[in-house]
Amino acid sequence: MTSVQLVFLLTAAITLYAALMVVLSKHLVHAALWLILVLAGIAVLYVLLNAGFLAVVQVAIYIDAIAILIIIVVMLTQRAMGETSMQVNRSWWLAALTSIVLFVGLVALFNQIPFLQSDAPALDVDAEVLLDDLGVSLVDVDQYILPFEVASVLLLAALVGSIMIAWPRGSASEEEHEA
Amino acid sequence: MIPLSWYIIFAAVLFCIGLYGALARRNALAILMGIELMLNAANVNIVAFWRYGTFAIRGQVFALIVFAVAAAEAAVGLALIISIYRRRTTIAVDEINMLKW
Repeated sequence: MTSVQLVFLLTAAITLYAALMVVLSKHLVHAALWLILVLAGIAVLYVLLNAGFLAVVQVAIYIDAIAILIIIVVMLTQRAMGETSMQVNRSWWLAALTSIVLFVGLVALFNQIPFLQSDAPALDVDAEVLLDDLGVSLVDVDQYILPFEVASVLLLAALVGSIMIAWPRGSASEEEHEA
Repeated sequence: MIPLSWYIIFAAVLFCIGLYGALARRNALAILMGIELMLNAANVNIVAFWRYGTFAIRGQVFALIVFAVAAAEAAVGLALIISIYRRRTTIAVDEINMLKW
C-alpha cells in the first residue's frame, strides 16, 4: 500500500463519517460544520486527482460561500425547529431502503465500466499547462465559451431571483406609501 | 496507485448518504445539505472519469459548470427557506403544505 493510497483511504473514511454526521446529527449547526469537513475532504480528493484548480474552487465556492450561507440561515431560523422535535419524517425507513437499493444497483452496474481496475494514465503535461488549457478552453470560441456564458447568465438570474424571493414582504409598497 | 473503482465506490456511498438526507429529514435546511452532498458526489465522479478516461479538458469544464449550478441552487434554496420562515415561522417541510390540494 503506497502513501497515496493511505491518504485516499484516510480522507475517504473521514469524509464519509462526516457525511453520515451531516445526515444524522440533530443540531443543525453541527450538521453544517460536519458539511464543511465533507467539502474539505472532497477538495483533498481533487488534489489527488491532479485537479488543483477544482480544489481551489471547491474551497472558495463551497467552504467559503455556500457553507457560510448555510450556517447563517441555520442561525436565522434556529427557533423554528428545536433539537427536541422529530428530525426525520414518518417514512424515513423508506428513504433508507431507497438509498441502500440505489447503492446496490450502482455497484452492480460498475462491472460495465471498461477501465475500472486500471491505474490513472500518466499525465504527459505539466500542471501549469493543464491550467492554461482549462482557462483557454473556457473562453475559446471553438470550445466551451457558450456553456461558460450560459453559466454566468444562470448565476445572474439566480442572484436577482434570490434577492426578489428573500425581500421582506410589503416593505417596497411601504416605501412607496411614505414617498 | 489508486484504481478508479475506489473513487466510484466513494462517490456512490456519498451520493446514497446524501439521498437519505434529502428524503428523510424534515428540516428544509437539512434537505438542502443532503442535496449538496449529492452534487459533490456527482462532481467527484466527473473529475475521476476525466482523470482516468480519455485525456481531454472537458471533464474539468463540466465540473466547473456543475459548481456554478450548485452555487445558484444554494442561493435560491436558502432565499426560499428565509421567505417561508418569514411567512410561516416554520421550516419543517411537512408543515409547508399550502400548495397541496
